[in-house]
Amino acid sequence: MELPMSSPNRSHWLPWHATLVFGFLYLPIVTLIVYSFNGSGVGGFPPRDFTLDWYRELFTDDAIWNSVLNSLFVAFAAVAIALALGIPAALALDRANFPGKALFRRLVLLPLILPGIITGLSLLMLFREGGMKLSLVTIILGHGTALISVATTEVFAGLQKLDRAQEEASLDLGANYWQTFWRVTLPNLRLSIIGAALLIFTLSMDEIAVSFFLIGRDNTLPLEIWGRLRRGITPEINAISTIIFVFSLAAIVTWYRLRARAEGRVEIAAELVEAAS
Amino acid sequence: MFSRAYRAAITIPPLLWVALFLLLPYALLFCYSFWSVSPAQMIVRSWTLNNYRELFRVNVYLQTLFRSMWIAARVTIFSLLLGYPLAYYLSFGAGVKKDFLYQLVIIPLWVSYLVRAYAWKTILGSDGVLNTLLQYVHLTSHPLNFLLYSPFAVVLTLTHIYTPFAFLPIYAALEHIPRNLIEASHDLGAPPLQTFRRVILPLSIPGVLAGATFAFVLSLGDFLAPLLLGGPSGIMISNIVVSLFGAAYNWPLGAAISFGMLVLVIGLLFLSERLEKKWSFR
Repeated sequence: MELPMSSPNRSHWLPWHATLVFGFLYLPIVTLIVYSFNGSGVGGFPPRDFTLDWYRELFTDDAIWNSVLNSLFVAFAAVAIALALGIPAALALDRANFPGKALFRRLVLLPLILPGIITGLSLLMLFREGGMKLSLVTIILGHGTALISVATTEVFAGLQKLDRAQEEASLDLGANYWQTFWRVTLPNLRLSIIGAALLIFTLSMDEIAVSFFLIGRDNTLPLEIWGRLRRGITPEINAISTIIFVFSLAAIVTWYRLRARAEGRVEIAAELVEAAS
Repeated sequence: MFSRAYRAAITIPPLLWVALFLLLPYALLFCYSFWSVSPAQMIVRSWTLNNYRELFRVNVYLQTLFRSMWIAARVTIFSLLLGYPLAYYLSFGAGVKKDFLYQLVIIPLWVSYLVRAYAWKTILGSDGVLNTLLQYVHLTSHPLNFLLYSPFAVVLTLTHIYTPFAFLPIYAALEHIPRNLIEASHDLGAPPLQTFRRVILPLSIPGVLAGATFAFVLSLGDFLAPLLLGGPSGIMISNIVVSLFGAAYNWPLGAAISFGMLVLVIGLLFLSERLEKKWSFR
């Protein structure tokens, strides 16, 4: 809403401050993209010699693409684990009382707010004590566990908005709990679940602090990039980052379209109900 | 309304999983911190306080911890200084551009943390973008070497990364302030600054606390930005832990430091939760 003219929102420095902050937030991203096309490598102002060489080099770089495949594999598996446990956990937090509920709620959220190094090391010790060899599987277990929190919070928020009457109607009409869960509860949580899955997917693709300690022989993309950075700067990293950024942007836009359409439908339905009554 | 079987099915798997993959590992961290390493580099599972004594006996651990806290404190302050006015502008002044600008704050979060830290490295390096730009416009004749491999570079990068995290809860808090409170304050003759100080600021404190806690805790435990951009003077406490788990091979001592960090972080979370509660009932 707009406020009266004399409100502090008319302060002239606020838009300038916002411009500066946006500049600060986007400077590295713009630099990253611009120098992925720079013929004389990373750094050096002004950028010169527009080239696609770094992208060409990238496309023949098997190590990078292997790590991308590994990351995709890890991310899909992490989404599956986090949803498989996070959805029931959200239902349990919303509807059941059980001993240790308060502790459980806090524990689930902990990996999200703790520095990744603590969770990573703790899991490393678990796998060592359990005699498990480090591999993509240990990374998947780490990501899946750390990201249950995301699934739980998103789905829990969805449940809070959910109209219980539908579920009760389903039960009254003779469906059992499982049928009700699969046919009523889950479809109603569709948006929360898709949102959670997207978030978990991208967080897993980007995760490095936990993976850092659980890595076996196969690198994920962030660890592959990390390994290269230790050896020196190469514009190939700009190129792969640019490609991934474009894909992420496409994913966000699609997600918002999807959600806007679903929300629009809800609004239309609400208006229809209002008009009818 | 739910059968026992249904309730068991939704509670038992998550509980077991969390017990096995979260509770047990954190407990293991605690145990390790009381164990030791034999000269033959085997983990000795007998209990001792030596690791914790070591932390207080050797200066470098506490010194590095304090330096990390100082870096994290600066990151927190700068993130708030950037995030708060931005959130305020979006919530009260941006009008129809609000949703678009909100997305604009979120989008950088979709670029990998590591990649953004790397981008700052290419900007700040001695033949990086900034130094060559300064020389190009003849502001300097030699590259400024203090930009990269310094605590400054770490603070700058972490501020960049955590500003959106500070922004989000503040923005949420500002958006939740009932607008008629502000109108009332205005109608009762309070000048804008007073309205801000007496109405808006107190009501946004829970958001500020949440954002500050997030920025402080996550930058305190960071080890990648210091490795990438910090140089010797920008080493943080987690870097010591990483080396103890790697080349230095002393897991128990590393576990003791990590467990100390865990306690510190949980203490901070607890404190901030208490403060948030206190402020949200005003």
